[in-house]
Amino acid sequence: MIIETDPSDRSGAKALHRYELAGAYDEMFSAVDHPRKQYRPLYNLLLNLGPDELRRSKYEADQSFFNQGITFTVYGSDKGTERIFPHDLLPRIITAVEWERIERGLTQRITALNLFLKDVYHDGKIIEDGVVPGSIVYTCKHYRREMRNVKVPRDVYITVVGTDLIRNPEGNFVVLEDNLRVPSGVSYMLTSRRVMKQIFPGLFQKCRVRPIEQYSQALLSTLRSLAPEGRSEPTVVLLTPGSYNSAYFEHTYLARQMGIELVEGRDLVVHDNAVYMRTTFGLQRVDVIYRRIDDDYLDPLVFENGSALGAVGLFNAYRAGNVAFANALGTGVADDKAVYAFVPKIIRYYLDQDPILEGVETLLMSDPGQRDHVCQKLDEYVVKAVGESGGYGMLIGPHSTEQERSEFRQKIYAQPRNYIAQPTINLSTAPCFVDGIIEPRHVDLRPYVLYGDKITVVPGGLTRVALRKGSLVVNSSQGGGSKDTWVLQN
Amino acid sequence: MLSRVADSLYWMSRYFERADNASRVLKATYSLILNPAKFSTEERWFRAVSALAPGAASNNVDPQRALFLLVADMEGDFSIVKCISGARENARQVREEISSEMWEHLNRLFHDVTGFELQPEDDAGAMRVVSLVREGSYRFNGITAATINHDEAWHFIQLGKYIERACNLCVMLDAYFVIGKHADDLDWLGLLSSCAAFEAYCKACTAELKPERIANFLLLKPEFPYSVRYSLDRMHEALTAISNLSLSRRTKNVERLIGRLRSMVAYVQIGEIIAGLHKYLAAIIEQCRELHAAVHDLYIEYPIEVAFQN
Repeated sequence: MIIETDPSDRSGAKALHRYELAGAYDEMFSAVDHPRKQYRPLYNLLLNLGPDELRRSKYEADQSFFNQGITFTVYGSDKGTERIFPHDLLPRIITAVEWERIERGLTQRITALNLFLKDVYHDGKIIEDGVVPGSIVYTCKHYRREMRNVKVPRDVYITVVGTDLIRNPEGNFVVLEDNLRVPSGVSYMLTSRRVMKQIFPGLFQKCRVRPIEQYSQALLSTLRSLAPEGRSEPTVVLLTPGSYNSAYFEHTYLARQMGIELVEGRDLVVHDNAVYMRTTFGLQRVDVIYRRIDDDYLDPLVFENGSALGAVGLFNAYRAGNVAFANALGTGVADDKAVYAFVPKIIRYYLDQDPILEGVETLLMSDPGQRDHVCQKLDEYVVKAVGESGGYGMLIGPHSTEQERSEFRQKIYAQPRNYIAQPTINLSTAPCFVDGIIEPRHVDLRPYVLYGDKITVVPGGLTRVALRKGSLVVNSSQGGGSKDTWVLQN
Repeated sequence: MLSRVADSLYWMSRYFERADNASRVLKATYSLILNPAKFSTEERWFRAVSALAPGAASNNVDPQRALFLLVADMEGDFSIVKCISGARENARQVREEISSEMWEHLNRLFHDVTGFELQPEDDAGAMRVVSLVREGSYRFNGITAATINHDEAWHFIQLGKYIERACNLCVMLDAYFVIGKHADDLDWLGLLSSCAAFEAYCKACTAELKPERIANFLLLKPEFPYSVRYSLDRMHEALTAISNLSLSRRTKNVERLIGRLRSMVAYVQIGEIIAGLHKYLAAIIEQCRELHAAVHDLYIEYPIEVAFQN
């Protein structure tokens, strides 16, 4: 896009003129009107862009999202159940040096967590050695007894990971959450990149952004590497709960990008511990299942009874080694928010290294001393239910009412193991184009990691934005949006 | 191809053809009732309802409500809005299998026709929906032909479209020739327009409207896309292509059924069947049903024991 502006119209400055730094680390500005080096090309562009041009670009981007069908499903509404995913026009930029640390840190963390899963479901040495208490591990909501002594392909439990990082006020990236079950959002990362290249081609080129388009190929080859032995041309499928799932767009998108079948549970048949899909040509053997269904719904014989989403007998086929799941079952034990508190120790235990990426200080409500301390100062803490995700079951102390706090206090005392508390962290802010002006909004970062025959960290990720002013909640189910994330080349 | 996907493509196509058919019939009927004739408005609406919603037809069709019933009623499986919703719902289940152009077009059409929130007695609104579907259907058929591989998916789409068309044509011919006897020229014109056939008929048979000739044209003419013969030929093509792709399947029964069905129209002359037309049309519809069931058993919901024997 060629941008023509009347030099006398410096209205772009107007779009930025009310930009105030509010205490948090700002991604773009070190001080008012002092953009960080990696943001200078964007800053110069914004100085020359009026709100109308930004609005036009925003409209163009919206149209592009809509026409590509990049939508998510809104539950509980009969008509027009699809909305476009809210996104922000301005890219979030990460330097090569910052990224290098993130990449090393994530690789280290995923390696350790995978070793932890293998240990927990086999010998339990880490528990025997008293590093992580068995009382925490075995009470995890997502601990799966059925996985004891099950051998998983390549000993890889967590194939697809989306780790949530935040930047603290000192400017350091820290890990907020590990998503090791069925992380979503990668399709938004891929499609928003395509849109941004259309909207800001010149800027994109000038910044020298590392590509992420190879994600689908990397995912496919990672999945194929998990195939049972002797299956040289493995059939990989993506198992979806169906078109009413909120992430259905992503499932269809990834299946199409990888050229694999998108199957539902009712397409699968298990016979003699082998999995087949029903095709018009007859039954076809399935070797690897990239499943986007939670553990509980995979096999009604073993888990949640009455679920029609999975297929009868899947788990036995898995146990027999005739089919691989990505991710493995029971991985939720390693992203439990109470286990999270032990991750630094887990890294030291298995790898004998100091963690490269820190975590957030986490207080366990199962510990009576920490519980009493937190419950007295609930307005300073963020309280989270350990087995939840998507921003559900969470109390943000400073933004809560007295009534909400007393409700949470009761919940904590009723089920202490179910809650943890963390100090409220002022997430970093990034400039966002909202209602005609550019304002700071809180953001996090979810990079995607693939683990098969090797670990691949895709240079980019989903920057999630709390679009409501002042809000710290970035989850899409709670009014969050996204930004394209540009990782720069050296 | 996954059986479920084939099934959805087939039904997407059937529902769309059903909506297309209804829009043609309603457009023709609506322009017909504007003329005075020996047939009453009630009788004409009765005929349209019989042609489109055989189950819902009764002797006391309320002409005030008939148009609304056939365009926007959400009970039953026959109104235009319901059929477009059905087509779109099936397409939604297999979005990764159809082209984005197909999905976008169908989705837009769905939003357009449901966006009206039609009220009974709003004839102008109802006719607006009818023309949206008229325009939309040619476009959808064109986009489908132009944007996807003509492989198995395409053949299931073709099969659904033409089995639906063959049945619809038979029901419609029955409504005009058997239920509504003593039709006049205007009515015959209406029948031809309902099959988008007027101009093609004139070219082939001149504008002289003779019932027997019209029946011959709509039943047995192999060159006209809205004839029963043409539809059965396309079904045969689609089924042959599918069975050639899936060498391992036991396709004998399906081949026998489509062969028998085609022979019903391929080797007869109109004079032999016009007297017993009702029975003849009913036999074609019944055989289409049998064929549908056989295809379903062979490709979609086959028993697992059978699959392992192959």
